[in-house]
Amino acid sequence: MSSERTYEEINARIKAGKVVVLTAEEAIERVRDQGLTRTAAEVDVVTTGTFGPMCSSGVFLNFGHPKPRMKMQKVWLNDVLAYAGLAAVDAYLGATELPENDPLNSRYPGEFRYGGAHVIAELAAGRPVRLRATAYGTDCYPRRELETAITLGDINEAILFNPRNCYQNYNCAVNVSDRTLHTYMGTLKPRLGNANYCSAGQLSPLLKDPQFRTIGVGTRIFLGGGIGYVAWHGTQHFPGTLTAAGGRPLCGAGGTLAALGDLKGMDARWLAGASFRGYGTSLVVGLGIPIPILSEAVLTDAAKPDEELFAPVVDYSEAYPNAVPGNLGTVSYAQLKTGAVTILDRQVPAAPLSSYAKAREIAHTLKDWIQRGEFLLGQPAQLLPGPGAGLRGQTLTVKG
Amino acid sequence: MPPEKIVLRFGPETADQPIVYRLVKDYGLLVNIVRASINPHREGSMALELTGERYAEGVDFLRAQGVSVSPLASELTWEKEKCTHCGACTVHCPTNALAMDRPAMTVRFSGADCLVCLMCIDVCPVRAMATGI
Repeated sequence: MSSERTYEEINARIKAGKVVVLTAEEAIERVRDQGLTRTAAEVDVVTTGTFGPMCSSGVFLNFGHPKPRMKMQKVWLNDVLAYAGLAAVDAYLGATELPENDPLNSRYPGEFRYGGAHVIAELAAGRPVRLRATAYGTDCYPRRELETAITLGDINEAILFNPRNCYQNYNCAVNVSDRTLHTYMGTLKPRLGNANYCSAGQLSPLLKDPQFRTIGVGTRIFLGGGIGYVAWHGTQHFPGTLTAAGGRPLCGAGGTLAALGDLKGMDARWLAGASFRGYGTSLVVGLGIPIPILSEAVLTDAAKPDEELFAPVVDYSEAYPNAVPGNLGTVSYAQLKTGAVTILDRQVPAAPLSSYAKAREIAHTLKDWIQRGEFLLGQPAQLLPGPGAGLRGQTLTVKG
Repeated sequence: MPPEKIVLRFGPETADQPIVYRLVKDYGLLVNIVRASINPHREGSMALELTGERYAEGVDFLRAQGVSVSPLASELTWEKEKCTHCGACTVHCPTNALAMDRPAMTVRFSGADCLVCLMCIDVCPVRAMATGI
């Protein structure tokens, strides 16, 4: 049996109930047991998953018109501002937006108990949310004020559109200074008190397709417990290769994707509002991608275990805030998952911000959907740019 | 007079101050330290029993120094449904009352080991830890 297959062949096998699907964890085991070639010949799809905070998330909303009609100019949902510079009753609510009366970091470190992410989670849970809007009034849209309660079921559309999700790899954050830091990577204790990382490692979608051989515009995915799609590459999509100190290539890094899906089809279990002390709010998003095993090369990457996947260790007291390049070395996800890593010759306790247990559950859910014939693979209209595209981040020059 | 059981939390500004000494010297309180975890990270917590007529004044003094004071009797609740099992709390829990079960990579909470230092409440992104107050 050949290990080459097409999207059409895989989808035909899904419809016929003959598809063979493994989660990325299971694929690793299978390849260890019976080798790459035989596994590639047998397995059609490998499922991945991740459940972590993804700040660049938000939802496009259309509320429907009140009577008389209104061109909503400013919109608040539970006192969190949504951007309304769109058509009359459209708005975009971002996960990191905060209530206008929030004390922020004026009493450092701020608590950031509630923000756009929490509103999105409440909507997803079907709970009522207070909508307040103001307008200047026009001949066609005379209404100037509105205050009411809405639920997800009441409004026309709620489309989760996340411009940057699913980071391929992420820094392992540490603090070499003498004071506690409060960051989007959590609370970092002084003098290498802890190392926080944020990836599902061997289950993480973009680590399993580092060459972007299969993931592209139109890839159908698990998003927030429902079905979503890869819309485009994410902002700051700079796919490349993480290297060891001597320049030896280790694994993928730098890729991101933009994802969208119907919030009405999602499940609040897979969209959680998060608060990072001293930093702000974020949305914990569940996202899983099926990787079609189009060739043995695709499986080679999809079956990479935690021992072969690494995170760069970055100091968040000096290097990160001042955008100093380089890192304090690399650590494997296998080491990180033990709960302790060696950094600068010190044993440092390590903790994840991304839930490995939930990532595993997502990969299994996606596997079930595919095996039950409920989820066909989406063939990308175009693949996301890979490491060969040469995309590089720009530094913003501040001109006097 | 029965002892008052309380938990103190120190920030980096107060961790190197002789605060317990002041409670004894200035307020005549009898101090029994149940557990303490301060340094090497310059912040920490201390569970202690205080006995004495000037207990209320002593607590006022602590708060004026920027030390947070909460009753030890308050129990922490782990809201299992909210917990995403990320594990962010596990490096902040001084007694491993919150810890990762490996290889399942799920969080477990053992109330008996909890010092009620309340660190987890601040570091849990989804606020899955709550005080029973």
